[in-house]
Amino acid sequence: MATSGMIAAVLKKRADELIVKWIANQTATQAQLVRGRVTKDELEQQSRQFLKLLAAAAQGGRASDPDAPDTQALHRYLEEFSRTRVIQGFSSSETANFIFSFKRPLFEALRAESGQNADALATEIWEATEILDALGLHTVTTFQKAREELISRQQRDLLELSTPVVTLWKGILALPMIGTLDSARTQIVMESLLQKIVETGSQIAIIDITGVPTVDTQVAQHLLKTVTALRLMGAECIISGIRPQIAQTIVHLGVDLQGVTTKANLADALAIALQRTGRSIAG
Amino acid sequence: MERIPILRMGEVLLVTIQVDMHDQLALQLQDDLTSAIARHNARGVLIDISALDMVDSFIGRMLSDISGMGRILDCATVVVGMQPAVAITLVELGLSLPGVSTALNVERGMALLRTVSGRSDGS
Repeated sequence: MATSGMIAAVLKKRADELIVKWIANQTATQAQLVRGRVTKDELEQQSRQFLKLLAAAAQGGRASDPDAPDTQALHRYLEEFSRTRVIQGFSSSETANFIFSFKRPLFEALRAESGQNADALATEIWEATEILDALGLHTVTTFQKAREELISRQQRDLLELSTPVVTLWKGILALPMIGTLDSARTQIVMESLLQKIVETGSQIAIIDITGVPTVDTQVAQHLLKTVTALRLMGAECIISGIRPQIAQTIVHLGVDLQGVTTKANLADALAIALQRTGRSIAG
Repeated sequence: MERIPILRMGEVLLVTIQVDMHDQLALQLQDDLTSAIARHNARGVLIDISALDMVDSFIGRMLSDISGMGRILDCATVVVGMQPAVAITLVELGLSLPGVSTALNVERGMALLRTVSGRSDGS
């Protein structure tokens, strides 16, 4: 896009004035300084860095071209900036506001620069808007991506933490399930349980769902699949820890748990498991 | 032609599947096994599939078919040693093999056969 270079000139000439106004604008619209996540010095440093890169990009006259090297440097800076903000716990609109709050000071500076020439002013403002909007969108996109990365990492961690298979007795395994069951988790749970059955040659597996907050048709389906897979391998499965609400839900959903042994708590399940393996506990 | 051997141990027939099952082989096994049950007047069949690490719906159905045929011939069938991956595959395929008895290993399978075939009704 052709540019008259007024933006670049303004950015250079009025840099200090822009910074002061911009920061004032940011602190006015956001309570971030009050919340103490970012200090004023930090904010000023970030703003200066952004302005420097933007000036460099505008200087080349290709600030709206995403392939220009200067623009890419600017984009990289913004990516890093959004990641930091994700970690600091900013919302996406707060992060985007970093860019958008720059509009007002920039437009004012452009107006002062262009004087009476309304035509030129309109062109420049349109150009500035385009550049800043693109940058703002880029910031939000990166912010979202960083958020998603964070979430998926936490999900992985949770997955690894939450599938312990414990041996209760010789030939009796227990799997205390905690948290919501979804397809991916159930798959991992099922695999680790079946693997453990093979390793230990256990006859009975107890799945305890005391820690599962809700059971819907899908969860019930997953449970039934696990039970069937266990049966195919020649082991028995007992489901324990079904809370009253969950029992009600299961019946209302019309899920058929007829072929599955269910017990109210782990102790009862263990007792019946011992009985089935030909053992008994006195007292 | 490739065949799956059927071993006789008293009243029980032992089948160990150690090669990749393809459809023709499965049909051949069905044929051989039913005639062997009749010939030896067997009371039980133990199918060891611990070496089978891949299964499709046809093989799954064959296992269930053999079990059904055995029942008609008054002979209990036990499938032993199914690998976790195979079990998961069968479940995902929607084949829960109702009516097929299973056990973890050959030892347990034999114990199960003894208790089952000890009954007079043979079911």
